[in-house]
Amino acid sequence: MAKSNAARADVERRAAVKVKAQLAPAELDRLIHERVRLAIVSALAARERLTFNELKSLLKTSDGNLSVHARKLEDADYIACDKSFEGRVPKTEYRLTALGRRALERYLDHMEALIRATRAR
Amino acid sequence: MTAPRPIHDKALDNLEFIRSTMERAGSFTAVPGWGMVLLGLTALGMAQHAGAIPAATVYGTAHSHWLWTWLLEAALGVGIGVTSMVLKARRAGDTMTQGPARKFGLGVLPPFVVGALLTYVLWNAKQMQLLPAVWLLCYGAGIMTGGAFSLRVVPVMGLCFLALGTVALFAPVAWDAWLLAAGFGGLHILFGLIIARRYGG
Repeated sequence: MAKSNAARADVERRAAVKVKAQLAPAELDRLIHERVRLAIVSALAARERLTFNELKSLLKTSDGNLSVHARKLEDADYIACDKSFEGRVPKTEYRLTALGRRALERYLDHMEALIRATRAR
Repeated sequence: MTAPRPIHDKALDNLEFIRSTMERAGSFTAVPGWGMVLLGLTALGMAQHAGAIPAATVYGTAHSHWLWTWLLEAALGVGIGVTSMVLKARRAGDTMTQGPARKFGLGVLPPFVVGALLTYVLWNAKQMQLLPAVWLLCYGAGIMTGGAFSLRVVPVMGLCFLALGTVALFAPVAWDAWLLAAGFGGLHILFGLIIARRYGG
């Protein structure tokens, strides 16, 4: 009886350690945790390139808000910005960098780990 | 004071947010290049089989033969198009009932339905010489509207169909067989090859 209780306790202890490890597989990337920035990165993961106006209408946000968040992602090298002219009209295009794609993948892994961990409990 | 949301719910919510954003941003890429080439080849065969629109003013078997040949090609085209689209989407792991594919379908459908209705009405009104223009214009309009959610080359193909349809509206009836062959045959083969080469399959 005492032996089986010890075995059960061991199993529970191991499960608790596993849950703890899964809960913190990596530090949560605060940079893309914010909704607008997460949307920018997600949209650029689906489309190779998006113009500023395409992103603005997709995210239903203001010029200023999009600029601020896109700049933060640019500073972190998560996205790259190409500026050009179409005739006389300036055109700003964004694309996801390899670093940004890895960050999104890590973020997805993190979310999935959280779900798995809470389900296992 | 409201209770804090469980971490599990927040994670699920974030995943759903990412999925829906990617879906809205994505474009429908399952337009089948080789399927379109096959469709173009069948259209060329049918165009030759159907021949020119019969010149007789009294409708008879020659008119029926012409119409049924093209209706058969339409049915064949739908079969080839849908099958190759589903196969390409399946290979890429895309769904055909949600996101960009759904938008593509909803964009394409209205002009196609209008084309079918006008076919019935014009046949009954014995205005068959207008059918090639109506088919090319409705097909072009459908491809342009659906193509807005697809590869950039798709709306260009729609525009070419619209141009041919416009020519068919004003050109002599004798040109119609050539215009149908050039549109449903030539344009499908040309753009099918471009899509197959540039976008795979």
